[in-house]
Amino acid sequence: MTDSSYKTDTLIAADINAYLEAHQHKSLLRFITCGSVDDGKSTLIGRLLYDSKMIFEDQLEQLEADSKKLGTQGDEIDFALLVDGLAAEREQGITIDVAYRFFATDKRKFIVADTPGHEQYTRNMITGASTADLAVILIDARKGILTQTRRHSYLCHLIGIKNIVLAVNKMDLVNYAKETFDQIVEEYGRFAKEIGIENFEALPISGFKGDNITALSTNTPWYSGPTLMHHLETANLEQPHDNQEAFRMPVQWVNRPNLDFRGFCGKIASGQIRPGDEVRILPSGKTSHIDRIVTQDGDLDLAQKDQSVTLTLRDEVDCSRGQIITAAKEPLEVADQFETTLIWMEEEALTPGRAYYLKIGAQTVSATVAEPKYQINVNTLDHSAAKTLDLNSIGVANITTDRAIPFAPYSENRELGGFILIDKITNATVAAGLINFALRRAQNIHWQATDINREHHANLKNQKPVVLWLTGLSGSGKSTIANAVEKKLAQMNRHTFLLDGDNVRHGLNKDLGFTEADRIENIRRVGEVARLMTDAGLIVVTAFISPFRAERDMVRQMMQPGEFIEVFIDTPLNIAEERDVKGLYAKARAGELKNFTGIDSPYETPENPEIKIDTTQMDIESAADKIIQVLLRT
Amino acid sequence: MSKVTLTHLARLEAEAVHIIREVAAEADKPVMLYSVGKDSAVMLHLAKKAFYPSPPPFALLHVDTTWKFQDMYALRDRAAKEAGMDLLVYQNPEALEKGINPFDHGALHTDMWKTEGLKQALDHYGFDAAFGGARRDEEKSRAKERIFSFRTAQHRWDPKAQRPELWSLYNARKAKGESIRVFPISNWTELDIWQYIHLEGIEIVPLYLSQPRPTVVRDGLILMVDDDRFPLDGETPVLRNIRFRTLGCYPLTGAVESNATTLPEVIQEMLLTSTSERQGRAIDHDQAASMEVKKQQGYF
Repeated sequence: MTDSSYKTDTLIAADINAYLEAHQHKSLLRFITCGSVDDGKSTLIGRLLYDSKMIFEDQLEQLEADSKKLGTQGDEIDFALLVDGLAAEREQGITIDVAYRFFATDKRKFIVADTPGHEQYTRNMITGASTADLAVILIDARKGILTQTRRHSYLCHLIGIKNIVLAVNKMDLVNYAKETFDQIVEEYGRFAKEIGIENFEALPISGFKGDNITALSTNTPWYSGPTLMHHLETANLEQPHDNQEAFRMPVQWVNRPNLDFRGFCGKIASGQIRPGDEVRILPSGKTSHIDRIVTQDGDLDLAQKDQSVTLTLRDEVDCSRGQIITAAKEPLEVADQFETTLIWMEEEALTPGRAYYLKIGAQTVSATVAEPKYQINVNTLDHSAAKTLDLNSIGVANITTDRAIPFAPYSENRELGGFILIDKITNATVAAGLINFALRRAQNIHWQATDINREHHANLKNQKPVVLWLTGLSGSGKSTIANAVEKKLAQMNRHTFLLDGDNVRHGLNKDLGFTEADRIENIRRVGEVARLMTDAGLIVVTAFISPFRAERDMVRQMMQPGEFIEVFIDTPLNIAEERDVKGLYAKARAGELKNFTGIDSPYETPENPEIKIDTTQMDIESAADKIIQVLLRT
Repeated sequence: MSKVTLTHLARLEAEAVHIIREVAAEADKPVMLYSVGKDSAVMLHLAKKAFYPSPPPFALLHVDTTWKFQDMYALRDRAAKEAGMDLLVYQNPEALEKGINPFDHGALHTDMWKTEGLKQALDHYGFDAAFGGARRDEEKSRAKERIFSFRTAQHRWDPKAQRPELWSLYNARKAKGESIRVFPISNWTELDIWQYIHLEGIEIVPLYLSQPRPTVVRDGLILMVDDDRFPLDGETPVLRNIRFRTLGCYPLTGAVESNATTLPEVIQEMLLTSTSERQGRAIDHDQAASMEVKKQQGYF
């Protein structure tokens, strides 16, 4: 069953120099095998090693002995024993880690990531897939497509593997039936399309018997595609757009043997570079030109993706580890907030808001993860709400870094868009992450060190923190007056912040609607934010309808005594409705807006506000002045 | 601007250089373990390439057993000098004092000189990262070894507590006292090593090439009588054409009879031969999981 093309002994014996010459031009393919022990994964890998002559006589002897003692294949050789590595695993009969195997044919060298298939080993599979160019997804022909097939396919697709091979294994146990094979391929095709896998190669094989591994099998005369080995040898490693990719190289190390030489060392993440090319250094944005591409074997005229090189620049520009040298005309995006997909890899679950180290390229920064937007069920691909991420779970969450970093979306470049999160205390690698895109609308978030208390903050600002809580109907003039108040305070060198109904609902409270429960939650959150801001020493001006007395009192209770000033913007409904600056009253009257205050939802007038502004009697300037007078007295 | 597909050796070289630079950048005090074998020779060559035109920014450490081949000591000193690197030689003082040797002490020899010697040396100099030339294809339990292999303050390797390694992102962070062993040539096979040595013209110990050498045969192993410390039990050393596939302590390293006097001939023999590399070493023979046990105890 072994194809003669894999027997190179003749050439080796006849002309070793010719053999070496040929083998120095081999390419390298890294692939991952996905499937459970039951699918015959280890057997298949053992078979590939055996058929490519990577098993030596002493190993074979041991294998035969082990097969008799531990094997599950009767008197036949149990190839699985070749690759089940650690003692603990051999006893349990399962593979629990990522093992790397090596074999070579005349055309290629192969590195196989052998990973376990069970759901509790998702992290291992992701690890193995992260460096793979191709995935072999094994299916037991007797069982067809299972939940785990879907999971494996999804994970391979998620991690960006473009070459997918569907190996329908154990064909010997279904009498090499074409119908069985066709049915599985058809079903898989439908599923693959659903999750975005554009194409795949399907093969009927038997790892145990060796069908269609290195030679086309006479047992499947109906199959005329490539053998597995042939497919692995010829699969296209280049992405179609590789040639057009812009140059990017994260700087790993600055080489300074003397004052006259400053080399920037790194592994090229994409594109090509030549002496004379104009480059831009990110995030600083400085530009220069490549002077030399230095190697121990002499300067290069050209270097490309995947090469480790040392570049010198024509100008003395600042550039240090973690920065990225890019093509000047096509720089990378730089951002400090991202939407990411996270694969959690640690027993201890994600703590939203806690700071982790984030390593991307050659840069390590501090980063916080927000509460996940949702978690992805790797079996059904359904999204569900999640407060955290546990071991082996995958979710989408926003991440904020403590400084802006150059990046590319993961879908464009694995090296520039893939990152790991590291626990700051245990130093464990807790998650793998993929940058989906940068978020621009959000503001920087800073966590306050608690050693510095609210008095310190207020003293530094030379002011007394306070909340000016403006309440009133829609269209009563809250926002306009609040804005005038803030402007006047700024002129007085007071540190202020304006929380406005509209801006809060676009960000912090965008998940809330206008039902009574949501309105209460809206006010509660605003109150908490206002409280934090007074802790920070700020004068907070808020402009919310806040129609319910109970909620306004709730906020009052959150604040330090004397720091809550309720300002009732008193505008009668008919006047507010007449102004209708946003056209909301008209919509509410037409029944297009539900729960609109004053129309079909009540406004509870404040009983004892600190300040009352009658907008029918007072213009904006006077109203603002009145509020500030009261403020200065407190 | 057509793109050339890099050869497998070019990709392996670039990966190893990247790993070596990461360690230099992230570790406080890295060192390169240098055992003078062919894997060490390749690793040293890669380190020189990584930092050219500077010398590598770390020292070479040889954990010596005093029982290496004389040819190895000669190349060791020369190679370090040519690389412009400091060479640190550490010999376990207790083993030295007790005269531990492979003839009288068996497994204790490896344990005291190598396993204990390495731990002592790392503690003595305070190294927090040590490069080693181990490869994943050497032995089954090494197939699962990380490139950055994390060790406790007691130098223990816990196979269940190793960090996931994704893409080419290596987590080199550690607490005080903890250390990492780094294997830049993890993904190289024996054939890759030989091809690279051949292609790059890397100097190796002449013992890898066949020559007539004085030998005795014991327990089926062809041993070379390298110096006059070899206790002859009424035996007369016989000149045989031999070479070595791996190099360790000369009384523990079995030779193969061979006429391969050039590198291509060695590769030719290797490809046509049918015994795996570590079989020449006495330490692996006891049990299938022996390497895993040794690693948990701190053997490299």
